[in-house]
Amino acid sequence: MHVLAEIAATASGYVFPNDLQVHWTLMIVLYPYITGIVAGAFIVSSMYHVFHIQTLKPLAGFSLLFALAFLTCATVPLLVHLGQPGRAMSMFLTPNPTSAMAGFGYFYAAYGLILILEIFFIYRPTLVARHQAAKGLKRIFYLVMSMASDNLSAEALELDRRIIRFLSVVGVPMACALHGYVGFIFGGVKANPLWATPLMPIIFLLSACVSGIAGIILAYVFLMKVSRRPIDPRCMRTCVKFLGGFFILNFSFEMLEVFTHGYMATSHWPALHGLLWGPLYNSYWIGQVLVLSGLPLILMGVLQLTKNRHALVNVLAPVMAALILLQVLFMRWNVVIGGQLMSKSGRGSVFYQPAWLEKEGILLAVVIMVFPIMVLYLLGKIFPFWQDDKQSTIRGVAP
Amino acid sequence: MDEMTRLRSEIDLDRRGFIKKVLSGAIGGSLLLVLPQGSALIAQQLAGVGDEKEPYLNGKKFAFVVDITNCIGCGTCCVADKNEYQVPDGHFRTWIERYLIDDQDNVYVDSPNGGLDGFLTGRDDIPNPLRDTFFVPKLCNMCEKSSCVQVCPVGATFRSPDGFVLIDEKRCVGCSYCVQACPYSVRFINPVKKTAEKCTWCYHRVRKGMQPACVDACPTQARIFGDLNDKQSEVYKLLHEPQVISVLKPDMGNEPSLHYLGLRREVT
Repeated sequence: MHVLAEIAATASGYVFPNDLQVHWTLMIVLYPYITGIVAGAFIVSSMYHVFHIQTLKPLAGFSLLFALAFLTCATVPLLVHLGQPGRAMSMFLTPNPTSAMAGFGYFYAAYGLILILEIFFIYRPTLVARHQAAKGLKRIFYLVMSMASDNLSAEALELDRRIIRFLSVVGVPMACALHGYVGFIFGGVKANPLWATPLMPIIFLLSACVSGIAGIILAYVFLMKVSRRPIDPRCMRTCVKFLGGFFILNFSFEMLEVFTHGYMATSHWPALHGLLWGPLYNSYWIGQVLVLSGLPLILMGVLQLTKNRHALVNVLAPVMAALILLQVLFMRWNVVIGGQLMSKSGRGSVFYQPAWLEKEGILLAVVIMVFPIMVLYLLGKIFPFWQDDKQSTIRGVAP
Repeated sequence: MDEMTRLRSEIDLDRRGFIKKVLSGAIGGSLLLVLPQGSALIAQQLAGVGDEKEPYLNGKKFAFVVDITNCIGCGTCCVADKNEYQVPDGHFRTWIERYLIDDQDNVYVDSPNGGLDGFLTGRDDIPNPLRDTFFVPKLCNMCEKSSCVQVCPVGATFRSPDGFVLIDEKRCVGCSYCVQACPYSVRFINPVKKTAEKCTWCYHRVRKGMQPACVDACPTQARIFGDLNDKQSEVYKLLHEPQVISVLKPDMGNEPSLHYLGLRREVT
């Protein structure tokens, strides 16, 4: 029996024949997930650089490296998914101006440039010091990395500081645009009632902030534990506060969207209802809402009520962060895959279960998610994550 | 001596000019090689396109009418289509839906194998008496404001000057955005070519003055194709007479050029 005929046998209701296949697979779930983490991590750094939240200073440099590590892998799932990956550059070279997808490359590239430049400028004193200490090929490498300037005079550092500030200020709207835009790629598809809502870019943006901050908290606590360093309690508190704030907003919008759909009960509602209480019931209501949003909200309440117990924060915060990271992953799945499970016939839905070993399967998804962690490890070899690693960084700027 | 210097400088100028020209030519030429060209105005991959002596389609405005009241669900159109394009199994450029509505207004729809084998068996899972039964052939709606053209990131899906929405398979990146955006689900990714595919209203045949393959094959004239600028054409008459005629999902705002005669409100 043909594969699609097998799917047809498990579909419920009437599904258009071409709707049996889920075209945007696990890879397209990862794409907004990774992009969101990139944008969110950058926001953490900007809170220090732009909004002067001093308690986040320990994370100001690390969060940029974290963002860069994920940025390098953001397009990998897209390339794996494309039917003709060899033609991917056409999106850059001959973009269709009316396409909501065509701009992504430009947003991604511009944002990447800002991120890389900011990292170079923040770490320039460190890189200069390493250049001076290194020999051979390493010396050339650090010469390039320090942009061939070993000037660490007060004026030069002041100029650096201004450039960093400028890049951060420009970077905030860029990060917002990047992920708001990814939300718009989905939100602009009028044919799909689950996606077509003006709330989609907002939900994507908020979930991006949430996943970025959660990722940073998790990585920070993990790295501190591994390297047996003390966790900065004030920094942790601030992170948790922001994570909580963004998460409450994010979760509210997610619920408001469904509630509004249900209350308005337009002609699309029966299909949406059938989806949310049908094939998406477990991943949406049980996974995304009940467990992965409910538990973090309870933990948040516990943390707010126990203000001065750092040990508790250090245990509960990473747990909360991990749950929220999963929540966002579930949300991406429920949006990207969920939207495609409903047939445009409005009369039926299909099931989708990715296999482990297929081209866009689970194994590759895991590999792609491990990849940024490896990149982060390599970045850590060049750029010290924490301020006390090197005293030669710019005072008062970062990391 | 002066003459010599003058000549030399002239030669130098020539040389400079020559080098400049070679350089700009080389750079321009390599840019042409690197930059993908814009979409072909005519889908060059369609067999026979460009062979015709005169621009057949100038001044024509094509429309497709499906007469639901005439369709018997035999599947001949689907077979003709599959043969014309070697459509891979499990994917459909055109298909037929069977609608059964019972006296409780419950709607039962199916399309086993896209109607390719016809509808040889009835349904025995409907407890109530039926009040209405009919077949609905589906194909590309050739929208005036097509979502697929709007969303294609590389312009591989385009609207030809003669009003056909076509795909340049040499440019398609296979991102599936058009598949997501089409409200009518007429698109799919060809599993062999890895590019988007859909019904073209047999553009290559129409260019030669022929009818689309499904129109030719339909034994009951349920599929009607013609030029709206020709007042003698059947489509013109059908669309300008007081008929029960509509398009699919009008609220999408896509303004399809595919019209349905006798369309029921239950059809999506």
